[in-house]
Amino acid sequence: MSDGVAGALQVALLVAALLAAQGPLGAWIARSVSSTRHLGAERVVYRLAGVDPDADMRWAVYARSVLVFSAVSVLALFALQRLQAALPLSVGLPGVEPATAWNTAVSFVTNTNWQSYSGESAMGHLVQAAGLAVQNFLSAAVGVCVAIALVRGFTRSRTDRLGSFWADLVRVVVRVLLPLSLVAAVVMLLGGVVQNLSAPTTVTTLTGGTQTLVGGPVASQEAIKELGTNGGGFYNANSAHPFEGPSAWVSLLQVFLLLVVPFSMPAALGRLVGDRRQGRLLLAVMGGLWLLAVTAVTWAETTGAGLVPQAAGASVEGKETRFGEALSALFAASTTATSTGAVNSFHDSYTAAGGGVLMLSMMLGEVTPGGVGSGLYGMLVLTVLAVFLAGLMVGRTPELLGKKIGPQQMVLVALNVLAMPALLLVGAAVTAGVPALVDASVQDAGPHGLSEVLYAYASAANNNGSAFAGFGAATTYQNTALGVVMLLGRFVPLVLVLALAGSLARQSAVPAGAGTLSTRSPVFGALLAVVVVVVAGLTFVPALALAPLAEALS
Amino acid sequence: MPARATAPLRLAGACLRLLLVMTLLLGVAYPGAVLLVGRLVPERADGSPVRVDGRVVGSALLGQSVPEGPEGDAWFHPRPSAAGDGYDPLSSGASNLGPSSPELLALVEERRARVAEREGVDPALVPADALTASGSGLDPHVSPAYAALQVPRVARERGLPEDEVRAMVDDATTGRWLGVVGQPAVEVLALNVAVEEAADPAVVR
Repeated sequence: MSDGVAGALQVALLVAALLAAQGPLGAWIARSVSSTRHLGAERVVYRLAGVDPDADMRWAVYARSVLVFSAVSVLALFALQRLQAALPLSVGLPGVEPATAWNTAVSFVTNTNWQSYSGESAMGHLVQAAGLAVQNFLSAAVGVCVAIALVRGFTRSRTDRLGSFWADLVRVVVRVLLPLSLVAAVVMLLGGVVQNLSAPTTVTTLTGGTQTLVGGPVASQEAIKELGTNGGGFYNANSAHPFEGPSAWVSLLQVFLLLVVPFSMPAALGRLVGDRRQGRLLLAVMGGLWLLAVTAVTWAETTGAGLVPQAAGASVEGKETRFGEALSALFAASTTATSTGAVNSFHDSYTAAGGGVLMLSMMLGEVTPGGVGSGLYGMLVLTVLAVFLAGLMVGRTPELLGKKIGPQQMVLVALNVLAMPALLLVGAAVTAGVPALVDASVQDAGPHGLSEVLYAYASAANNNGSAFAGFGAATTYQNTALGVVMLLGRFVPLVLVLALAGSLARQSAVPAGAGTLSTRSPVFGALLAVVVVVVAGLTFVPALALAPLAEALS
Repeated sequence: MPARATAPLRLAGACLRLLLVMTLLLGVAYPGAVLLVGRLVPERADGSPVRVDGRVVGSALLGQSVPEGPEGDAWFHPRPSAAGDGYDPLSSGASNLGPSSPELLALVEERRARVAEREGVDPALVPADALTASGSGLDPHVSPAYAALQVPRVARERGLPEDEVRAMVDDATTGRWLGVVGQPAVEVLALNVAVEEAADPAVVR
């Protein structure tokens, strides 16, 4: 079988599995968050924590709970890293220095998992399992909570209540993420992903050299790292490391895991609003744009244009033999289209065109299908924008799912759409414009150097976490600045979305009339896809032209 | 303290308690459960160790350095590695050099000359994976083409017939999963162990 056919069938296999899984998983998520019963385990959690799972919250209270919970999480994770040396299972590693600890704490709490450290030489088993992996669960669950709160804005009428953050958070963890992670971790363990608490052991190799084998609780962390669209690797080499990604089928399973919850959220929406066609339309838009990115990156990497790929004969620098170009490109396009940021190959060495598409995928705002929860709320914000534009074009009152889109909603949507590009472009411009910062962090000269800076800030502002890893992120300035960008990139849109949810829930539902524009038709789907691409395109084309495009054409 | 001032503190306290409970569940019980399952398949959970003469010489999943020069000629060579000084699991990772990097271009040409000289072949015949570093720096595989290129040299150095060495390469080759997933690859450590066994019958796996 030719490489191209095998690559296409590999994508077809993945698409079939995702299509089969998204309906039932979406229904299960919808049922979990709208259940009226508390499970025994959940009651124990509520009692120990002293929170009221039945507290129906106003949007501001919901937002405050998310913010305080996240702030407490940042502080706790910061402290855990600083105190590492004094805690058990540190395998001899010292405490993490403050700038890195701050960056890492923010990174994991914001679901970014940008890593300015190298896992095997910085983080002991306790910090990895009880600190970083715990935030992998919680930050993903927070994303789902906010998405569900926004959906409640559409389904509820004439109320100022959006549900209980405590119940939403605990249910998403206990009923959805934990059971799925447990199954995924065991399957990956059987596939060869490591899971132990050993200290590093040195062996004499076959040819008489030495090699130090580094184990750890990897499988348990790997499962939620993909499922929660987190992406922070146990090891520096992330899922390219054979102890994280031992074989091609395990790597494909990881691609499935990082896509499955984001692609199930439209089905959950469909169930919750009682309009499954609306869910399928969003799924089609997300899936179509993802498939385009996969195709473009696969084409770029298998064709292998550029100075070095041409000289070597293929674009395989930074890629593993067992995965090859096609599975590497599939992983790369999927990890950037879902704010995951895990990698099974290293994007800095991708062809200019391939790397450019990966960057653009993030710049779309992580909605194709985006992160766990954050993908759906990001897409719903763009859907409101599309409804508004369509309303202007045909002269109809903009309505979505029975709610009128008025000036107040549009202000919140506009702020939301502007927040990420502002953070990305201002952050990148400061680094690119200050020679001292360029010297300290940028590895490659010319357009590729600018790509490294743009990629870093696109990754941080969109909470992706992957990198053109030649970029030296471990400086005090970059640790601090990227930390701030990650924090604002996560919580500014999140609070605006909750405010939008609050404003929608207060309205009474308008029954669909003859003048209502259908938001379930293929025409609207096409318009939505255009809005997603054009909003990002107009914002980022100048920057992209100077970086990956210039490199591809040179 | 007035009620309004205590409310944020109460909220922070509740959040901290919730975080602690979640840490017990997700950071202790969950990885602990997976650890217990791991004890049922210890070889897998501990990184698939490879033993020769009862001694662990590495992991089936990790590539190892082979010395350059005459002392390395009896072995199959892995791909170039950007992990530390080569195949160092304490600093896994890629070169991260870009597609137009002059530094990477120079490395590729230097490797091409070295491999062509070692194998005694036309530089144009050296496959891409022999010229580039992997993502992890620990790639346990080479392409079937790079393995085939090395067969004559290893057979000569070991005093083995080429056909026998070629059969060992076939044994160490894994195809695509289900015929479509990933890429065919040759496991270098397994191959070198097989070569060592065949050349020296005293060695037992």
